[in-house]
Amino acid sequence: MKKILILIPVALTGIVGALQAQIPGLGNGQIHGNFQIDAQYYNPDSAIGAPAVPEKALSNGFGNLIYTNGKFMAGIRYEHYLNVMQGFPVEYKGTGIPYRFATYNNDGLEITVGSSYDQFGSGIVYRAFEDRGLGYDNALDGARVRFTKVKGLAIKGVWGKQRTFFTSSPGIVRGIDGEINLNELLGHKMDSCKTTFILGGNFVSRYQIDQNPLLDMPQNVGAWSARMNIIRPKLNLFGEWGYKINDPTLGNNYIYKPGTALFVSATYATKGLGIMVAAKQIDNFGFRSDRDAAGNTAIINYLPALTKQHTYQLAAYYPYATQPNGEISWQAEIGYKFKKGTALGGKYGTSLTLNYSQAHGLDSTELHDEATTALGYETNLFGLGALYFQDVNIEVFKKFSPNFKGTFLTGVLQYNKNVIEGKIGYPIIMTHYIVFDLIFKLNDKMTLRTDLEHMYAKEDFGSWGMGLAELTIGEHFFVAAMDQYNYGNKHEDLRIHYMNAQAGYYWGTNRIVVGYGKQRAGIFCVGGVCRFVPASNGFTLSITSSF
Amino acid sequence: MKLAAAFLLFTAFTLKQDNLQKLAAVDVKGLDGKIVNTGTFSNNGKPIVVSFWATWCAPCKKELNEIAEVYEEWQKETGVKVIAVSIDDARNSPKVKPYVEQQEWTYEVYLDENQDFKRAMNVNNVPHTFVLNGNNEVTWQTNVYNPNGGVEDIYKHVKEAAAAAEKK
Repeated sequence: MKKILILIPVALTGIVGALQAQIPGLGNGQIHGNFQIDAQYYNPDSAIGAPAVPEKALSNGFGNLIYTNGKFMAGIRYEHYLNVMQGFPVEYKGTGIPYRFATYNNDGLEITVGSSYDQFGSGIVYRAFEDRGLGYDNALDGARVRFTKVKGLAIKGVWGKQRTFFTSSPGIVRGIDGEINLNELLGHKMDSCKTTFILGGNFVSRYQIDQNPLLDMPQNVGAWSARMNIIRPKLNLFGEWGYKINDPTLGNNYIYKPGTALFVSATYATKGLGIMVAAKQIDNFGFRSDRDAAGNTAIINYLPALTKQHTYQLAAYYPYATQPNGEISWQAEIGYKFKKGTALGGKYGTSLTLNYSQAHGLDSTELHDEATTALGYETNLFGLGALYFQDVNIEVFKKFSPNFKGTFLTGVLQYNKNVIEGKIGYPIIMTHYIVFDLIFKLNDKMTLRTDLEHMYAKEDFGSWGMGLAELTIGEHFFVAAMDQYNYGNKHEDLRIHYMNAQAGYYWGTNRIVVGYGKQRAGIFCVGGVCRFVPASNGFTLSITSSF
Repeated sequence: MKLAAAFLLFTAFTLKQDNLQKLAAVDVKGLDGKIVNTGTFSNNGKPIVVSFWATWCAPCKKELNEIAEVYEEWQKETGVKVIAVSIDDARNSPKVKPYVEQQEWTYEVYLDENQDFKRAMNVNNVPHTFVLNGNNEVTWQTNVYNPNGGVEDIYKHVKEAAAAAEKK
């Protein structure tokens, strides 16, 4: 054994030495990476619905290593799920290296083999991305080519299979995207033009063998989109329209209706003022590399929700995700900063943001044509279906003194639990929420943050109150304690305190956080993907590091 | 065993890990719609601060708003440039420019909509802030916003990077 231990480094030194001698420039290579390890010990708690976990403790973790040398880059990610933590997809089993790639950028032609993440336009037809915190990863395993040799022209192509946990989805995804920046492409002729024009388009096709004994499934399904972006110094107009040929899937009940998607946004921004309006219509536009997949697997495209992404816990209690089968939605947001020295601005200025968003189902008529055309339904383009979601809120940020500042948020939200969570028999849930996030600088070494929240949801669990206090001590340490109390629950035995405490220590790019207590069940969403996390009670540990 | 350890050490040295991390070269999008390679980020030999943030990240916004109050001073003293890289995806990326203007930030701002730059720089979560010397090498980084002088700490490292650049 000892001999082997000695031989390994000898061999490694030899290999590295030989490589450096033979491949010019390898000596300048760098390896960097990051790690994250999470673990939780679970106490069964029938009062909050936390089940007993046979393993008692579960852990997820990953480590990325990226080697860079000039125009060459290669990387791997090792992942472990031993066993997978509660709330993550149970298909994550064991350990492996599901992510590995090599890229070389050779004078405007960049080729990647292995795993890649990318998006075309706003992603409504193609987006491969990851969110480790949600357990979402649909990296494409295959090849990606980017061509950027001509200024103002960017072409990229992908060909591969999508990752689904530790295997890949049965379908093959092929796609090409082109984008032209007219001003850059035409060069000097456009110099005096203050308006930038960007045009783009893409085509993505999925192949999946048809083995359905009953229905005749299209094996090749194509989807495409065209986009335009007009940019002035203060104004930005963007529009993208997508189309998908008939694609019967589990998600759309195997109907043969083609799909469409339209996404438009306009922003106006000048010193102290920012305005954004956006709207979209989605009609049967779910796109997966496996027509029989459910949940968050094998999704090819990304349909962003047009709602405010809340950061405060009770305001984020009812999050919204786009309904790929059909939706019309819009959003408007105005942000204004009252200047220093004005009545509302005070000594340091005051920021005010108003946000309004609303989503509806499509106004559609069932066709009952299963035996003939099987289109499923017909859409009335100018109609609105049932209300899915609405959120109207106002957020104010104010600095009162060098040592005291705060954010105030309040809003009214409506949530169609039946549609969004697939439940039956709920009325539209209306909630009122209010948040006070206050920061007190106690002295040079200590800062106290308090986060007081309240939410009232009569049609669901009644009133919730929340209090959090977080004390940051010096440069490396914090402690926090929180209680979420469902004091207004109709059922007295469900009026539960969800108390937990956390402490963290960080230095450089290392961070270690430990926690203990109860966490309520909830839906957590990032980047259009939502994950239900069951209630839990126990000890948590999280370690992150990067180098 | 000692011999093995010595060889391992030697192996490590031949990999030259003592080199400073170079800024990764990937494509991001400017607020003017132009695709920019991060390898071309430049501040004429003066230090750069690269800060990863998102419109939904409260500590990120606190940090960048705190820097905004002293940015002019920083620039006068060290010539530093702050580059704020938003990792907002298509859901929130249209809100980036309005927010930047509302807060009157004068930073260079880029969109990293599919997080290619974030991945290439091994950023786990936002906020994550890098201080670069004049050669686009990382001299310091942090992955938290510390309200107890976190911003002053960034500036301390900016000044070190600026002083090192002057010596050259």
